[in-house]
Amino acid sequence: MLTVAVTLLGLLFVTFMIGRVMPIDPVLAVIGERATQAQYDEVFLELGLDKPLITQFAIYVNDVLHGDFGTSIRTGKLVSEDIGRVFPATLELATLGTLIGVFLGVPLGVLAAVYRGRWIDQVARFVGLIGYSMPIFWLGLMGLLIFYGILGWVAGPGRLGVFYQGLVPERSGLLLLDSLLAGDWTVFKDAFSHIILPASLLGYYSLAYISRMTRSFMLEQLNSEYITTARVKGLSEWTVIWRHAFRNIRIQLITVIALAYANLLEGSVLTEIIFAWPGIGQYITTSLLSNDMNSVLGGTVVIGTIFVALNIFSDLLYRFFDPRAK
Amino acid sequence: MTNLLDVENLRVTFPTRSGTFEAVRGISFSLGRERLGIVGESGSGKSMTGRAILKLIRKPGIVTADRMRMGDTNLLTASEREMRRIRGRHASMIMQDPKFSLNPVMTVGSQITEALLTHEKTSRAEARKRAVGMLDAVAIRNPERVMGLYPHEVSGGMGQRIMIAMMLIPNPEILIADEPTSALDVSVQLQVLEIMDKLVTDRGMGLIFISHDLNLVSNFCDRILIMYAGRIVEVCQAGKLHEAKHPYTIGLLNSVPDLEHPRPRLDALQRDPAWREAPSVSALT
Ligand SMILES: Nc1ncnc2c1ncn2[C@@H]1O[C@H](COP(=O)(O)OP(=O)(O)OP(=O)(O)O)[C@@H](O)[C@H]1O
Ligand SMILES: [Mg+2]
Repeated sequence: MLTVAVTLLGLLFVTFMIGRVMPIDPVLAVIGERATQAQYDEVFLELGLDKPLITQFAIYVNDVLHGDFGTSIRTGKLVSEDIGRVFPATLELATLGTLIGVFLGVPLGVLAAVYRGRWIDQVARFVGLIGYSMPIFWLGLMGLLIFYGILGWVAGPGRLGVFYQGLVPERSGLLLLDSLLAGDWTVFKDAFSHIILPASLLGYYSLAYISRMTRSFMLEQLNSEYITTARVKGLSEWTVIWRHAFRNIRIQLITVIALAYANLLEGSVLTEIIFAWPGIGQYITTSLLSNDMNSVLGGTVVIGTIFVALNIFSDLLYRFFDPRAK
Repeated sequence: MTNLLDVENLRVTFPTRSGTFEAVRGISFSLGRERLGIVGESGSGKSMTGRAILKLIRKPGIVTADRMRMGDTNLLTASEREMRRIRGRHASMIMQDPKFSLNPVMTVGSQITEALLTHEKTSRAEARKRAVGMLDAVAIRNPERVMGLYPHEVSGGMGQRIMIAMMLIPNPEILIADEPTSALDVSVQLQVLEIMDKLVTDRGMGLIFISHDLNLVSNFCDRILIMYAGRIVEVCQAGKLHEAKHPYTIGLLNSVPDLEHPRPRLDALQRDPAWREAPSVSALT
């Protein structure tokens, strides 16, 4: 728990320092270029910039702990409100992407290990190779061109078609969930047809990573003595693989999946831009381009916190699944 | 009386970077309802012989033989499906190292009952009852509690007894015991040997007992194969060990084990390169 606190404090310290050393005057950012000197001084004091750095940092930490990241100069709203609006979009996309990656990647990795060197292993290797060597924006654009432009199987960029905006009450901010809760199938279908392509793209990258790790974990287990013991008992191959070997990799897999998930939550910037997805990656990028430091730092803190939270979560699961960790 | 097992000219080969390595080099033996000991130094191919019988040599290892028959089954042509019916039910193997041979994330209880449930249609409750009884039979105190433990929570000696219970529970006709008592201290060792002996005699099993320890084996088995570098160099009735002729056997006999370290000290033993090339002695009956 202490390490978590230290990690988070370190993160805040870094974002705080970035905010101070950036060649952007935080006072001008608030009052604009044409303010008088008196106005300038007033805001300067209001922001506490006359106080020593350590006090400023304490104030900053206190604000952040209360969910206060300041105001965005770009949108004119509280940064926390902005993030509350854009984050569910990223969450929805990353979650669907990870689900795709897990449900395809884990079986693929297991099969590749069991049939090592056979065709399914080659397929897994090929999938991994493309996942590692193709830039995501290229695959994204090709995907849009083929499945949206030529085939018309899916909807284009954005989260929802214009006709469907605001039709269902917002509860979780996750459109798929909200439309299901509202029982509105047409909105669900439209949202699904928007999300499926970017989610598949992210899922593909997750799949490449997850299947490769699953394969190597499984190979290690399948070579252990207890597997021979299981075979000595006359167990079926299915039981040997899933009940014996797979049970032993669950623990490692949890860590890998948590990492893949964290990766999609923080690293889907390019995908969000290509697909005009109004998520946190796009929010941070746009803010950065308009020198909106409060939003950039706020977004960074949120993402860092999520990363730490996922780590804690996978640690807890670890303890739950590994009898040796008790 | 027909044999439980006949093996002729068994070879186990592994391809390596520098050609092929033969772990077992053409051995022949048979097993009746007896206690057959296999003795030899580390790396002489004892475990590989045991695994080859169950067709559990992992790729890229290759098993060949002129004949390999268990009861009415020709093991050489038996499909994997047939082998699965044989494994556990007709022939089982107590694995050498309980530390690595038990599944670390499954409880002792579920690993033992699984061995039974694979071959018999019984209820879980009944399987559990029999597993507890089996643990009791191998002298484990408080078996109910041990059923719920994980392998890392039991000692090496307990692990070996759990292994014995697990492999005996489906009541196989042939039991291959690969150093089943090596992790036990001497008093427990004798106790466990007694238990195994009783189970084997009561159930009329054929036992292949693999060990480093010639003295131990000579007290426990009916017939002994001495293996050296993948071959059988001598076959002896246990009672006639003093008539053994091969210098390797005599060397093993003379390297008297002290009681604290029951493994014979083979390092001091002189070896003749000619032993390696001498043809394997047949132990067929
Ligand atoms: N996968 C493999 N590839 C190459 N050589 C192998 C492989 N597995 C085993 N061997 C070799 O086969 C030989 C026989 O091994 P085996 O396990 O049968 O010995 P052992 O008589 O049981 O020895 P120990 O008393 O130490 O258990 C050893 O020299 C070992 O190095
Ligand atoms: Mg061995």
